Amino acid sequence: MPATAEETPSRSLVLLCIAAWAIPGAGHLWLGRTAKGALLLVALPFMFVLGLAIDGRLFPFQLSLADPLVGLAAFADVGIGLIYFVASALGYGGGEVRAVTYEYGNTFLVVAGLLNLLVVIDAYDTAVGRK
Amino acid sequence: MRSHLVLLSIFAFLVSLVFALLNRDTPREQAQFGGLLFAGFLAAGIVLGWLMYVFPL
Repeated sequence: MPATAEETPSRSLVLLCIAAWAIPGAGHLWLGRTAKGALLLVALPFMFVLGLAIDGRLFPFQLSLADPLVGLAAFADVGIGLIYFVASALGYGGGEVRAVTYEYGNTFLVVAGLLNLLVVIDAYDTAVGRK
Repeated sequence: MRSHLVLLSIFAFLVSLVFALLNRDTPREQAQFGGLLFAGFLAAGIVLGWLMYVFPL
């Protein structure tokens, strides 16, 4: 069944947002913002990988009232997209709490994910003509 | 890599870069805004670091 005229743009927007989340910068590359997309494609994964390299931890999803920030940190970590699942599957992100750079690593991981969510919103705004 | 200053500088650079890309349109504006943010991050980090040295938490 062919999509209606109203469905097609919204479906494209959903796909755009999913692509922008899954691969940092992909949304901007899709929209023809090549330079911006390429810089984001390099900067955000670099930040995430650096966070892993300096003993940061990928926080687990857990609903615990005793430690609610862990769940929020896990949500922020997932913001980086597919690279989160690749790193988890390969066993990275265990975190070394005794390392002097542990908190730095966590900060890099969480902020990389949150920045990518801002990038998704920016791609959406660009697609609908707000920017 | 254990230097706090180097890690702080890398963090400040990357965050400034992304904010500049998202908040400004032309490359010139992005460079100016990103540079200002980067300098602000570094200055704030160094000032707060020295404040915590004098007044430890």
